[in-house]
Amino acid sequence: MAISILHRITGDGLAIVGAMGLVWWLVAAATGAEAYATFLICATSPIGYVVMIGLTWAFFQHLLSGLRHFVLDMGAGYELQTNKTWSVLLPLLAIVITASIWLMIFAREI
Amino acid sequence: MGNGTSIGRVRGLGSAKSGAHHWIVQRFTAVGNLLLVLWLIFSILQMPGLDYESVVGWLSQPLVAVPMALMLVSIFWHLKLGLQVLIEDYVHDDGLKFVAIMALNFYAIGGAALGIFAIAKIAFTGGAAA
Repeated sequence: MAISILHRITGDGLAIVGAMGLVWWLVAAATGAEAYATFLICATSPIGYVVMIGLTWAFFQHLLSGLRHFVLDMGAGYELQTNKTWSVLLPLLAIVITASIWLMIFAREI
Repeated sequence: MGNGTSIGRVRGLGSAKSGAHHWIVQRFTAVGNLLLVLWLIFSILQMPGLDYESVVGWLSQPLVAVPMALMLVSIFWHLKLGLQVLIEDYVHDDGLKFVAIMALNFYAIGGAALGIFAIAKIAFTGGAAA
């Protein structure tokens, strides 16, 4: 059940914060150097990083639980043990992927 | 008219009145998002920097602008379907549901249009208008 709620919450977050952030980035780039600079200041502020790291995690969590839905849609993976194993593994995997991506980004900036 | 009876549900007259098409398009756009957003993440990670010139130069390439535009269609379509289910699940008042779904449609289509226009402007002007 938790994984289902997590799927919905991460989906809503991506749908609102993620999609708006993406469009803001594109519109800022299309508007000009000044608008883009404003975007960069916000995106690279401490809150900006928290939002971007949060969105990265939400994306991979949603992607992985979405793939789990694909498997369940096919009628597979309903055995208690299998179901439980994946529902524990996927959130861990999402955190590992998010951490790897951001460690790569921060390692390059240093 | 399908007031919760089994046959009514089979005919697609449940609370949402239809569903199979919604369901399958949500899967198609999910795969679209999977491919296109992973492409975006890997592309961004490979870019030398995310400064204005790099980003505009990158977005002005046809093989970047087109997948980006497709990604916006896929993302906004998928989020429209997803948020619609959320509204149908939690908003029970018919009038409020109508307004919420309408606002969602404005958001989804408006957001996608804005994003695609931004990409098109960069692609066609090469960011020269700055």
